[in-house]
Amino acid sequence: MAKTIIPIGPYHPLQEEPEFFQLVVEGEKIVDAIANIGYNHRGIEKLSELKTFDQVAFVVERICGICSTSHPLAYVRAVEDILGNDCVVPERANYIRTIIAELERIHSHLLWIGLAGHFLGYNTVYMWAWKERETVLDIFEELSGNRNNYAMMRVGGVRRDFEEKSLAGVITRLNKLIDFVQMIKKAVLDDPVLHARLKGVGVLTKQDCIDYCALGPTARASGIANDVRKDDPYAAYDKVKWNVITQIEGDVFAKAVVRILETLESINIVIECMQKMPKGPIYDNVKDIPCGEGIGHIEAPRGECFHYVRSDGTNRPVRHKVRAPTYMNLPTYKEALIGETISDATIILAAIDPCYCCTERVTVIDANNKKNKTVYSQQDLIKLSQRKTEQIRAKLGAR
Amino acid sequence: MSIKLKALLKSPWVFHLSTGSCNNCDIEILDCLTPRFDIERFGMVLVGSIRHADVLVCTGSVNRKCIPRIKEIYEQAPKPVIVVAIGECSLSRGMFINSYNCPVPLDKIIPVDVYIPGCPPKPEAIIAGIAKAIEKIKANANKK
Ligand code: SF4
Repeated sequence: MAKTIIPIGPYHPLQEEPEFFQLVVEGEKIVDAIANIGYNHRGIEKLSELKTFDQVAFVVERICGICSTSHPLAYVRAVEDILGNDCVVPERANYIRTIIAELERIHSHLLWIGLAGHFLGYNTVYMWAWKERETVLDIFEELSGNRNNYAMMRVGGVRRDFEEKSLAGVITRLNKLIDFVQMIKKAVLDDPVLHARLKGVGVLTKQDCIDYCALGPTARASGIANDVRKDDPYAAYDKVKWNVITQIEGDVFAKAVVRILETLESINIVIECMQKMPKGPIYDNVKDIPCGEGIGHIEAPRGECFHYVRSDGTNRPVRHKVRAPTYMNLPTYKEALIGETISDATIILAAIDPCYCCTERVTVIDANNKKNKTVYSQQDLIKLSQRKTEQIRAKLGAR
Repeated sequence: MSIKLKALLKSPWVFHLSTGSCNNCDIEILDCLTPRFDIERFGMVLVGSIRHADVLVCTGSVNRKCIPRIKEIYEQAPKPVIVVAIGECSLSRGMFINSYNCPVPLDKIIPVDVYIPGCPPKPEAIIAGIAKAIEKIKANANKK
């Protein structure tokens, strides 16, 4: 059969970063996938060599808007690693770091749940999840002063303290959020249509995950219990009770389950931290950064985020290396996509990381005689996906 | 006011173009669609193709790999098109002003009609910005 190439991207209307995928298909089956990245390169590593240690925390915050705590936290931990015993992060700062990092995980996972619902034509979930996500953003605004880009991390501690009087209200709102997530959990885990759409789709086996060094929820859905928060506890993660969520199936459904259950864990972590938080200073004054090199790694919502910083004794880093989790998770598309149908491509691409999934300006080109055959737009692909859901729904006799 | 412009302003369809942003601006744009802000009240919807759009919303510091594509997308847009730059990045490149990969701000590449500052601007600011732009265009058209 003739091989056809479907380019996806680089610009997609609904989603964030520009990403370019080429799916090689035979009829409906995907036989190969090629990812082409670099539309988002802003030279952050070089930029951070121009800034002082204090300013770099703001630069790395703008690597990714969804992980705008993960990168600064990993960075300040790398600098604290250089400082060694000269810098002791106060206990209260550790708790504040944990709270902010977990709130970020909640909002990131809710965002993913919503978008995944949207791609399946389950727009109710999209609107619900994003509506509840606003609760988390409100909490952020109350605690840190900004809805996104919280600017909370600094070398040696955190920049701002929480006001004691706002904590009680935050806990009440989080408790309400638990009810909502429980409801979503039931809606997703018991929905026969979602079972039919997501189970056995885009399977990533445990061995695949090990071969591709997959991280975070992607790996945890395939039965690898790797989580930096447990393996190398930082901030206050060793002082609160929580579990690493794993599933063994490795399909899109398992990834959804991991994310939903993790959201619940995160809410509990935040509540427990708020109750246990000691009083005291929020940062340790750091004067000079000595020569040396340090690493910092933390568990971002999508997996391990790793920063390396080298200092030569001046007030600026001489080298700063960032490895974001998607960099490792991206190549697993190859395993997950091949052999699946086009209508599942959107959700499989979405399953690994919400950042790169939407499809736009898709043209189908016949690779053999090199002439344009049809044009698939992002809307068409979503429609294909939604039609499949409809068919399954009809077959199952569901509403 | 021409009938074309009248139709455009009644229900502007928005195409969103991320030119190397950090996602926050894009997420805030998506947020405008969801129940709390509900931008569809003003007849605005996000569309999948620039060929259906009346408003081109750009976010992010313009990246070398994106420049030819931004031009191409602008050329593909049916005119008149309102170009909105959202966020510090596309206004002036913000903190990426010294980056080797972000040579020029957006308005050196395509003409920009509306600037919405902020890092990221709140959804309220985005809605207010676009609503103001519509008012302004209406006023200009009535003067002529
Ligand atoms: S203006 Fe700020 S929030 Fe928007 S893309 Fe740029 S860095 Fe991100």
